[in-house]
Parts: sequence; C-alpha cells; structure tokens
Amino acid sequence: MSRETSELTCIVCPVGCRLRATIEDRQLVEVQGNSCKRGAAYALDELCAPKRTVTSTVRVKGGFLPLVPVRTREPIPKDKIAQVLLDIANIKMDAPIHIHQVVAADVAGTGIDVIASRSMSRVNAPRAE
Amino acid sequence: MVGTGIARELSRYDVRVVLVEKRADVAFGTTKANTALVHAGYDAEPGTWKARLNVRGNALYPKVCAELGVSYKNTGSLVVALAEEQTVHLHELRARGETNGVPGLEVIPRERVLAIEPGVSPSVAAALWAPTGGITSPWELAIAYAENAVANGVELLLSSPVIGIDMRGGRAVSVRCPGVVIYTQFVVNAAGIWADDIERMINRDDFEITPRRGEYYLFDRRVGHLVSRPLFPVPSQATKGIVVAPTVDGNLIAGPNALLVGDKGDLATTAAGLAEVIDGARKLVPGLPVRESITNFAGLRAVAVPVGDFVIGASPGVPNFVNAAGIQSPGLTAAPAIAEAVRDILADAGLVLVEKPTFNPVRERPTRFSELGRDEQSALIEKNPLWGHIICRCETVTEAEIVEALHRPVPCTTLDGVKFRTRAGAGRCQGGFCGPRVVDIIHRELDTPMEHVTKKGGGSYILSGPSKGPLLEQAACRCLADAGCNAARDDGPDDGQVCGRAGAEDVGEGVGRGDHGNLGEQDVCRIETREREEVGGHAHGRV
Amino acid sequence: MRTVECDIAVVGAGPAGLAAAARAKQCGAGRVILMDRDRELGGILNQCIHNGFGLQLLSEELTGPEYAEHFISEARDAGVETMLDTMVLEVTQSRQIVAVNRHEGLMRIDAKAIVLAMGARERNRGGVIIPGMRPAGVFTAGAAQRYVNMEGYMPGKRIVVLGSGDIGLIMARRLTWEGAKVEAVLEILPFPSGLTRNIVQCLNDQGIPLYLSHTVVDIHGEERVEGVTVARVDGNLRPIPGTEWDIECDTLLLSVGLIPENELTRDVGGELDPVTGGPVVTDEMETSTPGIFACGNVVHIHDLVDNVTREAWTAGEGAARLVAGQQPGDDTVRTRAGDGIRYVVPHVLHLDNLASRDVRLFMRATRPAERVQVEAVVGGEVVFSKSERVVRPAEMVMLTIPQGKVSPVEAGLNRAGLNKVSPDCADGGSQPELVVRITSRDRGTGAEGGEKA
Repeated sequence: MSRETSELTCIVCPVGCRLRATIEDRQLVEVQGNSCKRGAAYALDELCAPKRTVTSTVRVKGGFLPLVPVRTREPIPKDKIAQVLLDIANIKMDAPIHIHQVVAADVAGTGIDVIASRSMSRVNAPRAE
Repeated sequence: MVGTGIARELSRYDVRVVLVEKRADVAFGTTKANTALVHAGYDAEPGTWKARLNVRGNALYPKVCAELGVSYKNTGSLVVALAEEQTVHLHELRARGETNGVPGLEVIPRERVLAIEPGVSPSVAAALWAPTGGITSPWELAIAYAENAVANGVELLLSSPVIGIDMRGGRAVSVRCPGVVIYTQFVVNAAGIWADDIERMINRDDFEITPRRGEYYLFDRRVGHLVSRPLFPVPSQATKGIVVAPTVDGNLIAGPNALLVGDKGDLATTAAGLAEVIDGARKLVPGLPVRESITNFAGLRAVAVPVGDFVIGASPGVPNFVNAAGIQSPGLTAAPAIAEAVRDILADAGLVLVEKPTFNPVRERPTRFSELGRDEQSALIEKNPLWGHIICRCETVTEAEIVEALHRPVPCTTLDGVKFRTRAGAGRCQGGFCGPRVVDIIHRELDTPMEHVTKKGGGSYILSGPSKGPLLEQAACRCLADAGCNAARDDGPDDGQVCGRAGAEDVGEGVGRGDHGNLGEQDVCRIETREREEVGGHAHGRV
Repeated sequence: MRTVECDIAVVGAGPAGLAAAARAKQCGAGRVILMDRDRELGGILNQCIHNGFGLQLLSEELTGPEYAEHFISEARDAGVETMLDTMVLEVTQSRQIVAVNRHEGLMRIDAKAIVLAMGARERNRGGVIIPGMRPAGVFTAGAAQRYVNMEGYMPGKRIVVLGSGDIGLIMARRLTWEGAKVEAVLEILPFPSGLTRNIVQCLNDQGIPLYLSHTVVDIHGEERVEGVTVARVDGNLRPIPGTEWDIECDTLLLSVGLIPENELTRDVGGELDPVTGGPVVTDEMETSTPGIFACGNVVHIHDLVDNVTREAWTAGEGAARLVAGQQPGDDTVRTRAGDGIRYVVPHVLHLDNLASRDVRLFMRATRPAERVQVEAVVGGEVVFSKSERVVRPAEMVMLTIPQGKVSPVEAGLNRAGLNKVSPDCADGGSQPELVVRITSRDRGTGAEGGEKA
C-alpha cells in the first residue's frame, strides 16, 4: 500500500509540536517532531481517522431559552461533521431537558449520540432554582 | 434640527403642517454628528444670516431647551491663543463679536485661563472668553422639537424621501414621496446636504451643496472632567478648527477636521483625518488620552456654494418655496432663530399665521433612571418593575425607558433611535452588552421580526436571519416547515416593511385658511396615499 | 430601600463568582450571596457552547454550560444564596452594595467582605480605531456569540474576523457550522493570539485562511457592511501602503481583546495595574481596599477557565478568612515582572502565606520562547524556578512557589504593610520584591529532541 508523509501540528497539549508523520497501511511508520508519546498517538489518529467533538445548538419549545447547547458525546469522524450538523438542524426539543439527555441517538450513523450540554427548565424557571 | 425646529415653530399657528423625512427617524443626518456646541456668535461675518441668527439663536436656547426638556449647559467657551502672536486674532474676534451683538466677550490672560481650565496647554498665551457659549444635545433637541410639533398637530412622515415636486403657474403645488402625494400651499426646503437636489425639483439652481466632512473622537466619561467648557483654537479662514469640548452627558468630544467630499454618502472616518483630530486636540489639551476614546465618527456639514452663508429665503423663481439650506456651523445654534426667520418669510409670502390657543410649548423631558435619586428610583420601580431592569450597564438605562421610547409620538423603530432617546448603547461598551437586549425589546414591543430590526433604518439590518437557516435550506426534510425560523416568534419577511428610502429631505407645508388654490373647500392640505409598494423579502438592499 | 446583611457578597456568577462563593461557604463563611445581572447563573459560560473547559481541574473537556453546571451544583450544595437578574449599581469602601432588580427594586447589601467577579468586556471598534463607514454588521465576537448561541440568530452570511483571539477563532468555526461563510481571519501580530488547538480545529479544519501581520484599514457600506479593505502591517503594526486588498463580506467580527470590567473597582478607588487593567491584588486576592477581593477576568484576562476557578478559590478562601478574623500578618513582598514577563498576579505576597502554604503566581510572557526557565528571584537569588518547554503570550503561565521557599531572613525583608509598599523600584533596593523572569535554558548543550516550527 502507499506510504504518505504529512505535516501537522499536535494539539494534545499547549506546546503544539510540529509533527512530520509517515503512514502506511494505517500504521504509523515514522514520526518526527513530537516531544512525547501522545504526539505519536495523535499523529496516527489525526492522519488515519481524524475525529472531532461537534458542539452546536438545537431549538427548544417551551423552554427557558430558545436554544439548548448540545455536543457529541464523544469525538466523531471528521468527515461526518457536515452530516451531523445537518441532521441536528431540524431537531426541536421540548423542555424540560436534563443535562446529557440524548438529543439524537447514533447521529449520522456514527454510533455516537448527541447529548444536551445543560439542563433546561420550562419557561420562567432558570436551572439554578 | 432645522426642519423639526421650523415645524414646531409653525405648529404654534393654525396651519396644517406635514414634516417629511427621508430617513427612518428625525436627526439622522447632520444633526446626529456634530460638535454639539451652542456658539456665542463672534465667528460669522457681520451682516450675514449666520451672524444674525447665531446670536439670536444663542439667546433663545435656554428657553427652548427648558420648554422642551432638553439638556443644555451654559458653560461659556474659550478661544485659546497658543502663542503670543495669535492674541491679535482674539481681539479681532472680540471686535467682530461685539459688532454681531455678542454680550460679555473678554480677552483674558493666561493665568486666568489656566485657573479655570487646568488641562489646557501650558503654552496658552491668552483666550477669548465668551460667557454665552454652551453645549447641548443636538439629537435630543431635534427629537424634542419633532415630538412637540407632533403633539401640536404636525404630521410626520418618516422613511419618505421626496421624489418630485409638481409645479403649476410658477408655484409648487404638490410634493411626492413613494406612495404619497402631498398637496400644499408652501414648501420649506430644510433638506440638509440634499437641499440642492430638492431645489432642482423646482427647476432652480441657485446654490449647490458641497458636503464638508468632519471627523470626531468621543471619549469616556471618565475623562470628561479634563475640560469644563468648549475650547477652540484660533480659527482659520475655512473652519473654526478642532475643538475639545465636554458633552452634556459628561463625555469629551474632539473634532472636527474639515474636508470637502464629493459623495453625499461619504461618512467614512479616515486614518489621516482621525490623526489630524488627535493632533489638533492635543495642541489644546496635551493630556488627552487616546486610549480612553470610546468611538469615533464623521459628520457632513452642508456648505452652500458659492454663497458661503446660510441660504434662507423664498426661492427667487418660485415664491412659495422657501429655502433653509446650507446650514453648516453655526447651524445648530441658529436653529431656533432659523425657525423664526422662516416663519416670517412664509408670512411675507402669504401664509396666514393665527396663533392656536391649544398650542402647548412644553414637552416633558423623558424620565431617566440615571438622573434620579434613589428614592425616586424606588418609587418608579414600585409602579412598574421594568424600571428595575437595567438593560444598558454603561449608562444605567432601564427597560422601562427603552419601552417608553418605542411608544412616543415620534416613532422610534431603530437601534440608533433608541440610543439617541435613552443613551442605551452610547456608553463605553458601545452597545456590546445591551445591543442584543435592545434588539429583542424592539422586536417584542414593535412586533418586528428580529432580522428586520435595523441599526438606522433602510437596509441596516442587524441580523441576517435565524441560525441554521442556510443549513436548513440544504436539508431535505419534511420537518422543514415547522422546524425552521424560530417559528413561534418570526413571521417571515412579509409583514409589510416600510419601503422607499434614498432621495431627499423635505418639509411639506400646509396653508392658512382662505387660500385654497386647487384644493377642495374643506381641505387646506390634502394627503393622498397610494398603495405602498411592498419591498419583497428582507429589506436588505439600498435604494 | 431594603437592606440585606451578609458575610460575603460575590458580584458576578460566572466561573469566578461561582467558585469563590462555593469555596467561601466551604471554608465556613456564614451568609454568602452570589449576584448576577443575568437571569441565570453561569455568566459567560452559558454562551460558550464549545468544549475545552475543565481539562485540568475535571480531567474532561467540557462545554462551557457543562462546566458551569458543575460549579452551580457545588455552589448550591454549599448553601450559596443567589440573586439573579440583579444589577449592582454601586460599591462603597465600607462594603455597602446598592443593587437593583425588577422584583425587589433597590436594595442595599452590607457585607463583611465583597468578591468582585464581574469579568471582562470586549474591546470594540472605538478601542481599535478602524477607519471607514459605520454600517450595521460590525460586531464584537462575543456579541455575535450571544446572538447565535442564546437567541438563535446569525449576524450575517459572509464574515471576516479581525483578531485571532480565541473568541474570534471559536466564532469562525461556529458560524461556519451554522452555515455562514467565513472569508478570512486577520491578525495584526506576526503570531496568533489564540490557542494552537483553536487555530487547528477552528481555522485549518474549516479551510479558513489566517493572515498574520494584517489588519482592517477600511470598512465599506453605508447601511450594512459590504466589504472591508485589509492591509499588511510593518514591524510597528502600521499598515503598509500598497499592500491593501478588498474582501467582500456583510459582517465584520472583532476579536481584538478583552478589558477587565472595573467600573465598580474604580468607584471604590482601588489601585489598578495599568498593564492588566485590573486591580492590584494580594495573594489573598484582596484589592487595595480592605475587605474587597477580586478574581477571574476582572483581575486579568485568562485563557483557561481552570485557572479562573483556582484563582477564585483563593479569593473565596481569602474572603472567608477575613470574615473569620484570620487574615495573614501585615508583612508583605511586592512582585514585579522581570525580563520576558509582561505581568505577574498577585502583586503582593504575604510572608505568612509564603511560609505556610504554596503560593500560586500567574503571569504572561512578552513573546514566544522555547526551552526556558521561569524564575522567582528575591534579593538577587533564584528562590524557585521551573522549566517550560515553550511559553507564549497567549498561554498563561502558572508558577507555584512551594511553601517555605521564600524565607524572610534570607531575603532580607523587613516589616512593610500592604498599603506602605510603594510601586516598582527598579533598583530593588529598599523595597522587598519578588521578581519573576524568564531565562533561556539553552547553554549550548545537546538538543532535547523535536524540531519546532
């Protein structure tokens, strides 16, 4: 199979090492520029199966606020982001909402749920009370 | 300012008056972007309209502002000579001022200047002290004039640019705006920088308006104490120079520079112009801290070329068309006197003036939470809880005041309109905190969709649409119909937005009894409203 | 006017206020009232729906609202009382607060200690002086964030962002994820202002170009933004004539800095640090006005909320100690920013605290540097240091001086109360000072592995 070398910036910690990594057969053949093991792991993930946590909002009916913030429970494949955003764009949830309540299960076929990032009570009742 | 002042003056009489404004609110032209000074009157050439009306206007200011509940401070003003050789100009100004009838002028020595203005440059040699100089709030006054005029029967048409004036027998007979025809006996042209365009509609070409742009810095109230009264440099041929002055709200203002511009919409600030303002301001007040500036802006002055003076009078060719044009500095100061002068000119031209017994010169100053003591504040909150909800943190403006401003006799529908009436958004964060809240209140109180709320009318929308809009357009989904556009609150873009922008400002005049012209017996001034064209969709584009 | 008495009043219920109030209660303070002008607790976190919060303190990458909810529960469990929808109008030196809300009208709150946690406001167009027209469509990034995340409205369709601070980067991604087109992010400095992870995830991922050493020199459009003119800048950050080019857009987002919101601090006459824009504080997070503490963005602008929480805990503890009559003794040492350091907070350290506990200093580097030592120096001697792989102005550095590392005798310190400590003396002579500086570790020894871009 083909061998591919790429440059990327590691974001695992604030240092931001500039990595040069070579991938073949979805294996990390060589990595330079990392100052720790986590950088190597990041390079493999990022080049073979990059993932991102998606955060967004979803409309709410009858809630204290018109929107509730949501997130994917775990990072999802990067190339699914657009689909995830489209899929949740149509959702309208009813208040009350509990924090981490599932908003969309197995979103875009990723096997990962979209969950609420906060609790949301009905109109006129902020969560603090 | 000029148009609203004239309308209010005429509302004293039994005359039907229509005040026509091309923009979404009064005061949205030159009135909102100037130095806000009430000049003493030593600058203008003796014998000119400027000279006469400046002094007369200055004398009227305390009474007008008191009647209308408008901020005004008689601070006096100083023309500062920064070198010995400039002192001769101070004496020239004093002499000219005395000729113009300005009271109390005195050239005072350096020590006295420093004693009353410790922030002034140490190189001050002397100064001309003008005790009748002062400061005011120009938009407050224009709004107050308009409100008092409306309360006394004047009809106000906003967002109504004049697109044509019909003539018959050498007289103006009707004024046309989109969807409206105003049949009238007299027309007053107070159209600011578009006054020459209006004049051309009656096929006259007596003057041309060249806009002169001036840039300003506004400083935080924290440094408002740096000067106590307007400080002028010794003036040049063209301009009074870059001034440093307090504002009635406690800010400091510096400016303007002066540059003739070709485009009447050219309200851009420039790096060079702003630098020029700071340079000039620092000559007068070396300690002026630029980092305390909260905003900068530009205003256009209407300079009548080749005349140079105000153009006030009936048009030589069209006797029932009266100009009040070319009102550059000292226009703000002269406004009350311009109103009187135009009234007199109209009377000479045949307008019958019978005083209205019902005329009420008083317009109550809107209550401002920030101006009250704690006890008064508590009493208000008791009556209406919205007085206890602070919306604008920087200027301590409550929801009650904003709601009230949105329901006053002169319609207020824009973010800037709210700002000029309540001070919300005029503070150091410049609407960063209160902006979204004010937009929401406008939406709620005026039943306007959020994306139709504008900064200053026309196409100046704040929000482009609900979030996820573009995404929803892409998503092929049967939920599209009820999911999108925050259905509960938005009505979509078909709720009859006001149309018709661009064009020129005008004042339509009613007529006294007895001179009917072509009008029916009962009507002295008839307004015909055609069906207004709907502007489809979102009012984005500029006309 | 109704009067309320309490032990500690906390102004602002964002991450700083929440943590300070909860910690104060946990430390035994009696009545603690937490006030906020918004309708709910959480402050700015409520609109920060992106993740990245809490990595250090909670070992998780939470969204802002999740981080808020965690600390709201803690505050509630600790017995903190809340006053929402309440604006503080005045604070006096005798620790009286005048506040107002719709339900109770005006109120006076008399507190034994006050913690100021009002956060920051955004620098706006007036603060950066962008020439041009003044159309609608110019927003600060945070205001746009509020519209998008709390109200559900978009500021525009085609966006240019000025400033590569984190808020601007986050909004670049957020707006793209909501369907807008972000044309460019411009940064006047030659390096980005925000965290690297945000450059990668917000810009690179979305294919949004970042132009370093660029700024906006003109805004077009009479009623609504129609475009901007951008230009490259020189070493003095001045636009270079001839390098201008136009970008068509309908929205300009400004992410050009945060300013600590210190109106109330000024009202009380507290001493302010001109570099941070916030109050001068001790290691108890007490300002120069006795009994008035401060923490969070109101003291200095943070980048990690975890540090805000840490700092707020210190303030809560400090306020509780004052109420309990257990404040440290008067002997203090002043900190000073040395080479390579822009500022250090806190500004004043108690000798008692240095002796009895770890003392945490927060600071920022003046410029990016690699392989450095961050050193605390007293009387010319390095009393403590730590090495850092890399420092950047955008990433706050924390230096925790272990208990006992600074001994008064060693440093030749003598009795000097907080109010008597005079401002910086460069000669380090008579006033006791703890100087923090950055020095290079490189002394010609072998490389430590890994090239850096």
